[in-house]
Amino acid sequence: MSEQFEPVIVGFLCNWCSYRAADLAGTSRIKYAPNMRPIRVMCSGRVDPQFVLKALLEGADGVMIAGCHPGECHYVEGNIKTLRRFSLLQRLLRQWGIEDERVQLVWASASEGNLLAAAVDRMTEQVRALGPLRWRDTVLGGNGHVHEIPVELVPAGEEV
Amino acid sequence: MSEERVGVYICHCGTNIAGTVNVEEVSHWAGEQPHVVIARDYKFMCSSLGQELIEQDIKEHGLTRVVVAACSPHMHEKTFRGATERGGLNPFLFEMANIREHDSWATNDKEMATQKAKALVMGAVERVVHHQPLEPLPVDINPNSLVVGGGIAGISAALELANAGYHVYLVEREPSIGGHMAQLDKTFPTLDCSACILTPKMVEVGQHPNITLLSYSEVENVAGYIGNFTVTIRKRARYVNESLCTGCGICEEKCPRKVIDEVFEAGLSFRKAIYRPFPQAVPKFPVLDVANCTYFERGKCKACQIFCPTEAIDFEQQDQLIQVQVGNIILATGFDLFDARRVPQYGFGRLANVFTSLEFERMVNASGPTGGKIVLRDGTTQPESIAIVHCVGSRDKNYNEYCSKVCCMYSLKFAHLVHERVPNAEVYNFYIDMRTPGKGYEEFYHRLLHEGTHFIRGRVAEVTDSARMPGEEGKLIVQAEDTLIGKQRRIPVDMVILSTGLEARHDSKEISLLFGMGCDFDGFFVERHPKLDPVATMTEGVFIAGACQGPKDIPDSVCQGAAASARVSSLISRGTILMEPVRAHIEAESCSGCRICNNMCPYNAIVFHEDTKVSEVITALCQGCGTCVAACPSAAITGAHFTNIQVLSEIEGILWDVRERVAVPV
Repeated sequence: MSEQFEPVIVGFLCNWCSYRAADLAGTSRIKYAPNMRPIRVMCSGRVDPQFVLKALLEGADGVMIAGCHPGECHYVEGNIKTLRRFSLLQRLLRQWGIEDERVQLVWASASEGNLLAAAVDRMTEQVRALGPLRWRDTVLGGNGHVHEIPVELVPAGEEV
Repeated sequence: MSEERVGVYICHCGTNIAGTVNVEEVSHWAGEQPHVVIARDYKFMCSSLGQELIEQDIKEHGLTRVVVAACSPHMHEKTFRGATERGGLNPFLFEMANIREHDSWATNDKEMATQKAKALVMGAVERVVHHQPLEPLPVDINPNSLVVGGGIAGISAALELANAGYHVYLVEREPSIGGHMAQLDKTFPTLDCSACILTPKMVEVGQHPNITLLSYSEVENVAGYIGNFTVTIRKRARYVNESLCTGCGICEEKCPRKVIDEVFEAGLSFRKAIYRPFPQAVPKFPVLDVANCTYFERGKCKACQIFCPTEAIDFEQQDQLIQVQVGNIILATGFDLFDARRVPQYGFGRLANVFTSLEFERMVNASGPTGGKIVLRDGTTQPESIAIVHCVGSRDKNYNEYCSKVCCMYSLKFAHLVHERVPNAEVYNFYIDMRTPGKGYEEFYHRLLHEGTHFIRGRVAEVTDSARMPGEEGKLIVQAEDTLIGKQRRIPVDMVILSTGLEARHDSKEISLLFGMGCDFDGFFVERHPKLDPVATMTEGVFIAGACQGPKDIPDSVCQGAAASARVSSLISRGTILMEPVRAHIEAESCSGCRICNNMCPYNAIVFHEDTKVSEVITALCQGCGTCVAACPSAAITGAHFTNIQVLSEIEGILWDVRERVAVPV
């Protein structure tokens, strides 16, 4: 592999829009960063915050949650629930010092392969710039139990 | 560690996968992973030999789980589930890793692609170990169907189904069925009279015992799923009692109010405030246009009511909400014409003698505003020269990038009709490319070449009335580069016809949401597969036909209407279908009765039992999105085939290579 840091991003793609967007990107032979590893869920609303935490804990440098555009959800409004959960999750992650760019929510309809590919490219570069996460090492003190959160990792203005 | 025995199959897909991913390496590596008993790579896993490989291995190696790394599960999940089942396993003990669409086709970096393929395979292996055998859910299909849109596509769909003996509800927004085809004069390339071939079909629809025609109506709500849709239709008030009206037309005759007919006559003629769009309208009942009715404006007039011989006029009539139960839905909502005003340099709306194609279509129609005479906007002068501008709003990045498919042919038809009606007129067709694919279409083009039409290859830059040289005064000047001779040309003409393209309906987005399916960037409905499944949609039980899917001419629309109804017929005659058992289930013992999930469910599929204080999922209503599963604070809800342990294991597997990066394992 090349010398530069290749981030690993776990993508949770909803079956109806974004998974098919990724299918379409492939079918259209749109080339994008191979750093995102997709996991299919029926709806982005299925993405339990613990999936995101698990992925980060297991060594992912970033997590992308992708769903149908708001108002276009195959299950009427599952993605709205994702949106609400996501903003809560992001506040939580911030308190652990995880940068916003590492966990992103993306909307891509089944016909927007190019959009999804561009989002993966963009996110890969953002996470590459941030460097490896190594969450277990840096935040959780190496053994899976929280000791203390290093002060420099807490963004200003966030209560711990 | 579990005792599951997993077989892993890596597909080359010719060179589609093997050209980028080192399949031998992945398969060799997979063979050394935990749980994996056997790993193979094969040229085409989806071939019958590939599938037999799986079946044999299940029997010979005692496999209990199968993983195929190939294309998207949307392509071949069914195929391999079948192979797994034939091997003697429950079909859901199979998992697919998408290493083609999501990997080999998405990158040129062979090393990274191989690494990603390994991760996806590992994710699938870790996941499949936790798979549970599942049984598909049988669902009964209601034999009644709904067809939305009464254009030629909807008519042909409705008739096919009705003739097969199934009941159809046909919903049409306008007062009459017929759609755009009813407005046309002739059809290319045979020059059949459009009304003559359409109206018998319309009458058949109107009289068919198996068709309930709901005109002047719109679908307001759709609930349910394949086999069991409940559709709410708003039947707008016509202010005419349909059981009394004989369609005699006296009300129309006596109505004192003239209104410009913007819809059917494209603004070239008048209709009354109570009207039928055209004499052959089906149903025959007129519609009272409240916005223009003197009685509704000023409280007096009632001429229609006074003269109606059967007392059918009912000013008190209200919109009706009708609920119907159907098993399948066919959408044939058609297209809108491109608004020529959006191309200001062509002068429509500013220069009197610039016409749109629909205006001209009405003009040449024997039952149209001029009785079929081709005249200028003044209503009397016959034009001596006519320019027909192709591709207005089509094949243009500023408007629509796509080709509208029908404009070349109808422009040729116009040229022919001009030659026929105004024998001495000069006709200039300005085209970018002449697109005439279709039976008899190219021959029609040749016929026009012989009829003396001037064909100028070049997109028109401008239509103007400012004369620069003698001979241009009082004329419209069409300026274009003739790309065949490489020169700018200015052609003075009396009349310009803009061949406007086809666009998706202005409200196609809302319609697609209503029926829970997708539309593309241009607003056309998205088919399940562009090549192999052109009339089905991503939503089971919802089909599309005609120009709502993309620009189409009449024969294509008829084909799609019939095709969609064939799909529906096969579902009806099957009676029941098996649905994916991807459903949520609440473990009553673990449920704390917090009721968080109750509000999460978009289908109201979760009920709360007051007596036992626990919630329960109604399996028939559950669609399997899993939103409740993610929300349950007690982890009491299981989402079959997407359980927590399955997804969490997949996460572990997909991160197999970076997990080792972690310093201290837990």
